[in-house]
Amino acid sequence: MENKLMNLTLKVWRQKNAKEKGGFETYPVEGISPDTSFLEMIDILNNKLIHEGKEPVAFDHDCREGICGMCSLYINGHAHGPDSEITTCQLHMRKFRDGDTITIEPWRSAAFPVVRDLVVERQAFDKILQAGGFVNVNTGGVPDANAIPIPKEDADESMDAAACIGCGACVATCKNGSAMLFVAARVSSLAKLPQGKVEAARRAKAMVAKMDELGFGNCTNTGACQAECPKGISVSHIARLHREFLSAKFKD
Amino acid sequence: MKLNSNIPAGELTAKWGAHKAAIKVVSPANKRKLDIIVVGTGLGGGAAAASLGELGYNVKVFCISDSPRRAHSIAAQGGINAAKNYQNDNDSVYRLFYDTIKGGDYRAREANVYRLAEVANLIIDQCVAQGVPFAREYGGLLDNRSFGGAQVSRTFYARGQTGQQLLLGAYAALNRAVSKGNVKSYPRHEMLDLVVEDGEAKGIIARNLVTGELERFGAHAVVVATGGYGNVFFLSTNAMNSNGSAAFQCYRKGAAFANPCFTQIHPTCIPVHGDQQSKLTLMSESLRNDGRIWVPKKMEDVKAIRSGAKKASDIDEKDRDYYLERRYPAFGNLVPRDVASRAAKERCDAGFGVNETGLAVFLDFKTAIERLGVDVIRARYGNLFQMYEKITDVDPYKEPMMIYPAVHYTMGGIWVDYDLMTTIPGLYAIGEANFSDHGANRLGASALMQGLADGYFVLPYTIGNYLAKKIQEPKVSTDTPAFEQAEKAIEDKIAKLLSIKGRHTVDEFHKKLGHVMWEDVGMARSKESLERAIVEIAKLRKEFWKDVYVPGQNGEFNQEVEKALRLVDFLELGELMARDALNRNESCGGHFRVEYQTPEGEAMRDDKNYAYVAAWEYKGEDAAPVMHKEELHFEVAHPAQRNYKD
Repeated sequence: MENKLMNLTLKVWRQKNAKEKGGFETYPVEGISPDTSFLEMIDILNNKLIHEGKEPVAFDHDCREGICGMCSLYINGHAHGPDSEITTCQLHMRKFRDGDTITIEPWRSAAFPVVRDLVVERQAFDKILQAGGFVNVNTGGVPDANAIPIPKEDADESMDAAACIGCGACVATCKNGSAMLFVAARVSSLAKLPQGKVEAARRAKAMVAKMDELGFGNCTNTGACQAECPKGISVSHIARLHREFLSAKFKD
Repeated sequence: MKLNSNIPAGELTAKWGAHKAAIKVVSPANKRKLDIIVVGTGLGGGAAAASLGELGYNVKVFCISDSPRRAHSIAAQGGINAAKNYQNDNDSVYRLFYDTIKGGDYRAREANVYRLAEVANLIIDQCVAQGVPFAREYGGLLDNRSFGGAQVSRTFYARGQTGQQLLLGAYAALNRAVSKGNVKSYPRHEMLDLVVEDGEAKGIIARNLVTGELERFGAHAVVVATGGYGNVFFLSTNAMNSNGSAAFQCYRKGAAFANPCFTQIHPTCIPVHGDQQSKLTLMSESLRNDGRIWVPKKMEDVKAIRSGAKKASDIDEKDRDYYLERRYPAFGNLVPRDVASRAAKERCDAGFGVNETGLAVFLDFKTAIERLGVDVIRARYGNLFQMYEKITDVDPYKEPMMIYPAVHYTMGGIWVDYDLMTTIPGLYAIGEANFSDHGANRLGASALMQGLADGYFVLPYTIGNYLAKKIQEPKVSTDTPAFEQAEKAIEDKIAKLLSIKGRHTVDEFHKKLGHVMWEDVGMARSKESLERAIVEIAKLRKEFWKDVYVPGQNGEFNQEVEKALRLVDFLELGELMARDALNRNESCGGHFRVEYQTPEGEAMRDDKNYAYVAAWEYKGEDAAPVMHKEELHFEVAHPAQRNYKD
């Protein structure tokens, strides 16, 4: 394994809060190991900034193993950076070369206002799910787990869609700022199971209406969302969303 | 302080049924008038908030992330246990109970564990009804796999993302309750203090993390579901923001803290790569279903592997030491976590570690791939293999994984009675935040089980016993001296942190604390190391308050303030852990005192003197805490030395 330490130049978006205007600042970082993760590299930058009496860069992160969906950096023009099917926290510095200049921005979307620097608010996703992204069952009083057999293929396909981590890379990548892949993943995951099928059409309608209301853009089928999705969620789920949506409209 | 566990009388198998019949029920008309605060939105908090909301209570739910779905339960990989016996391998509620008590090395409460095993089956039913896509067989029925400490296949799973799917189920239920107006959600809010009035929990002070403002919230009951405190070690598998502060504030306000030294070191984590590392990544225990753990038998092979002259695949079968299979033939690679971790440490301490630092062993899938083919292995563990390759740049289909133990879970936590109520009336603790079900060692796939059991099926019932007494009480006013004082104390604390302007960052202090904890309060503890840790931590705490530098202001989004406040509590909690470990002159589960081991190096319990829960009472900043004992009585599962050999 190549273990040469790297020196890099970072161009980082700084913005005090949602109201103030932001801009890029340039910072050098030195002695970065290729085995260091991208977020650890920002930890190193922040530690340095604090020692220099400057304010560290705010960024969202939590599990650092690619599942919580908290990290959300737009790196060199790509959501979650240059590697495929990973989140920012799983990106490692071996994907960069000594001397590189790296541009780091927050998710940019009307529906995701900036909180500070690289941190954005994604509560719009919660609101979409609150509009119908659930099965209407209370705790208790449900049938035995094996009462309804589900074809393995359906369960697997449901799981493919359920792998969505709600990070918002699809929205950040889409030139229209559409949340279609996010909505489709939830609608599709539930529609593939008998438990969720019952309300599938109504759910699709309610979630799409909420998405439109919250200021997300329309889907024009560019497929960019699938390409940047850290979990490789397929745009075929958008087709299923359309089917459920149309069937709901026909019933109206 | 008096500890009353309130365990119902009668036969073990009949306790929960009899207790449920006796619990007071609050009528729907009265539920509407009662407010409940739930702090934390993982499996415990999410499930509890949703279920309490459905019942008609007014619930306020708080989380530190931007969405309830980010809680660290999401990262649980392997699965969730239940005693469905779908595999016809003679599983039963009793067997799940027995395995859990034995796995916990006889330091958990029998009645709580039996109840956990009883309600486990309901959880699986509930999750399926919510649309959780568990793995299935071709016939359409649910699939199971095995986990450590069990000889049956009782673990339900959703690929390597079981925690995520279960949490999305609880989060969906929570979203539904929010949409109906029964639950109000407060994301990016951190509980910084518990407010106690007339000896009862009356609310919390939370910091709005976006604006930095302190906000007061009152309620008839408060539920803390804020997870574990493994991040006291700095490096752990916990998420970066996981912390022990909410639990620690409860302790400072009078809730007993039980068995703080019981920490789980998970055997299969990706080894530390260097000092720039910020956290450790777990490789699911499920991998031990098919992966075999080994180091070379010969020192010359170890040296050749470290220097790069040989690869793992170059080592002959006969020159490999599958040490778990050798030492524990009956359970082999599926021994409980504490046993597997110590065995790895034993081999590495003997010089057989296989990476540059000497702190790694192999987890090898060669045999399984030969037996089942690459496709089957990919279907079972594909996402874990991908995760491993992204982090290490090594393809585990070709070369074995390298793993080493890391801090993962804390069995200790806030002391609770059978109703999950703490020693402060009206304050409840559920999930990893409490201490009750896992004793000195938790079995794999049991954390998800406990979080959801507490949240869906235990707390929503037991909380009625307390709230039934509160139906006449009006809304809690936050305009009282108790709320005022609590808020002022936090304001002062933050102002003080910002005013120090010392020479070292919060992270630098945290790393130092983590180093002391890992070296002296980690996998092998001794009287000497623990006494040293107590002195070192006190010294570090002093230094922190003199020399930390927290940049920025309070009235803004400021992650350094968040980290500093959490570290303040870790610096005290670490000392409490060391004190507890020093008090416990025995080895049990994850607590290993080098003075107390069998000639074969197994943990040596002392049931005569230490079959109790150590519940610590806070006595003030400069005073030593006082330990209270809750004696453990084993009526059904009689303590014996754990045997995983035959």
